[in-house]
Amino acid sequence: MKRASASFADNATAALADAHLQRALAEMPRGFAAARARAKERLPEFDALRRIGRDIKDHALSHLDLYLEAFERNAERAGTCVHWAATADDACDIVLEICRETGARLVTKSKSMVSEEIGLAARLRAAALEVVETDLGEYLIQIRGERPSHLIAPAIHLTADDIAADFRRCHRHLPQGRDLSSPEALVAEARGVLRDKFLSSDVGITGANFLVAATGSAIIVTNEGNADLTLSLPKVHIVLATIEKVVPTLPDAWTLLRLLARSGTGQDLTAYTTLVTGPRRAQDSDGPAACHVILLDNGRSEILATNMREVLRCIRCGACMNHCPVYCAVGGHAYESVYAGPIGAVLTPALAGAPETRELAQASTFCGRCESVCPVEIPLVTLLRRWRERSFAEETFVQRALLQTWARLALHPRAYHLVARFGAALLGRLARARGAFSRLPLAGRWTRHRDLPAPQGPTFQHLWARRSEPR
Amino acid sequence: MTSGETKRPRVALFVTCLVDLMRPSVGFAAVRLLQAAGCEVGVPAAQTCCGQPAYNGGDRSSAKKLAAQTIAACEGFDYVVAPSGSCAAMLKLHYPRLFAGDTKQEPRARAFAERVYELTSFLVDVRGLASVPGAFAGRVACHDGCSGLRELGIARQPRALLASVEGLELVDLGEAQSCCGFGGLFSVKYPDISNAIAARKTAAIADAAPSLVVSGELGCLLHLAGKLKRDGSAIACRHIAEVLAGETSAPPIARTGRGSAS
Repeated sequence: MKRASASFADNATAALADAHLQRALAEMPRGFAAARARAKERLPEFDALRRIGRDIKDHALSHLDLYLEAFERNAERAGTCVHWAATADDACDIVLEICRETGARLVTKSKSMVSEEIGLAARLRAAALEVVETDLGEYLIQIRGERPSHLIAPAIHLTADDIAADFRRCHRHLPQGRDLSSPEALVAEARGVLRDKFLSSDVGITGANFLVAATGSAIIVTNEGNADLTLSLPKVHIVLATIEKVVPTLPDAWTLLRLLARSGTGQDLTAYTTLVTGPRRAQDSDGPAACHVILLDNGRSEILATNMREVLRCIRCGACMNHCPVYCAVGGHAYESVYAGPIGAVLTPALAGAPETRELAQASTFCGRCESVCPVEIPLVTLLRRWRERSFAEETFVQRALLQTWARLALHPRAYHLVARFGAALLGRLARARGAFSRLPLAGRWTRHRDLPAPQGPTFQHLWARRSEPR
Repeated sequence: MTSGETKRPRVALFVTCLVDLMRPSVGFAAVRLLQAAGCEVGVPAAQTCCGQPAYNGGDRSSAKKLAAQTIAACEGFDYVVAPSGSCAAMLKLHYPRLFAGDTKQEPRARAFAERVYELTSFLVDVRGLASVPGAFAGRVACHDGCSGLRELGIARQPRALLASVEGLELVDLGEAQSCCGFGGLFSVKYPDISNAIAARKTAAIADAAPSLVVSGELGCLLHLAGKLKRDGSAIACRHIAEVLAGETSAPPIARTGRGSAS
């Protein structure tokens, strides 16, 4: 489904024509939106909490160096080995080096968007390591060779029938005639397959939802408990996190956790919330012998210095996607980027820097529902508009000239009213018999799907001027 | 409600370029409502467009010039009222942002913004209008334009006014918070997505089975009326001001013939 040259518009058109994808999209993102509304209802102070969440992230971002150094100090005190990585390659190199030192052959992973961002799994496989995703959704897209289509529900584009077919294709050691008709049967099969991997894994890699500077802890949330098995069973645990994940204190993290699940899935809390502070201690009965945290920049410190910095508040809940009319219509893969939806349209061009990714900012109705549900009040529409401002100078001559010619006309009210008057009169006369155009030269992009309502004929300004003329 | 002792406020109607061009009957309906609310109405001749297409298209420089022109055109009025939530939000919220940091223009834009209102919120919140001239027999659904809804918080006011219309039965639309897919230039830049979003909205409209859809946003209405007509639906669309003012002699949007109802 991926064509390197395809634009978002082409991908979207293909996605809209994909009846199978449309069936999958009909339920899920909107189901999350409804669940969020119910969760918000249960917590009257929710909007006040959003403002507090915003302030916590803004404060942390304003003193990022300070809190990162504090995190490093406190994490090392707890026995964690902290690594700094400037680029995606640096982070992959560090992971590979740790795997090499450990003599690892099998690496288990829990869900991490950062690992997608840096292409970690491919790098590990190229070094002959077996990599297994343990989040159910991530496991599904791994066996399908796809990329996640949603921040928190990576396989949201799949139906239960898709999953059953994939399991029959990939789990050849299991009896062919087994019953996979219920979600429970699918989950049970995945659990069985993954259990073996958890138990024989050498290195477990997780992301982090938050890093706590005051304690040197990483906080990881899941609904499946797979991160806990990923991080506690192997000899070595690696936390891969980008630098904007750091918050000052545990209470700050609790505040953001109160927002995270409610915003994403509509749960009050996820099923599992795990704090990791260093490797196994002498008195612990289990846990990894070594714990590493990789603090990755990969463009964040540059974004921090631009007028896009609010995007770094994001806590990856996915609410903006679940409430976006465009995302809900076409799904995540049309964006052809690791991060989809409104947050992806802002973040992708900021991270990638490639001008063509700025098209994503055009593909918005600016309905503003994304920012109205964002748990940390990222002004997504304002940020999308900033990308459009940057694109405007680079737009094709024709597009720019059209907009500027119209604006120049609108800056001369007399001429504007004259042109409007004749244009409206002409169109009004042409369509009078039908009230609307089903086809009109130059308006094909409107009339492809909709009739174009005809003007009533005279303009308001013309009628008003005639009406107020002294008799 | 305005008693004789207080001066009638002078209101500039910012008619919006879409109403001016496509549907002047909305402008006259707005004038009638403002007069019913005890206002003296003027229509500044030097107004054209609020500049939103330029602003959202990334052309900040043109948007600023149009903002300055609009502010100058509406000098000398107590209020500026627009029959559109998105144009009112542009004037009220985005003009000050356009001039942020400009010591001369920013205070002017802020003072201007304080006088700006969307039509239904002005009638209800500022003028306390409790009853309107219009009468309408039939089921009516109200669509919220996104800018009015989220930027200005307008949802209660149009419904309060509709509830006062004699004979009118107000029905709720499902997915009331969701966009209709118009989005200005988005509707022609991404026609397929725009249409898919509209289809969800028109499905919600069909479920509610009104005879008429009204909205304070002519852009949404042009989009929805065009979609409904293309799909063969009999459900009509009008700007809310027409129904409130009883100015329903013109045919509904995209339709022909006389007809006060639909």
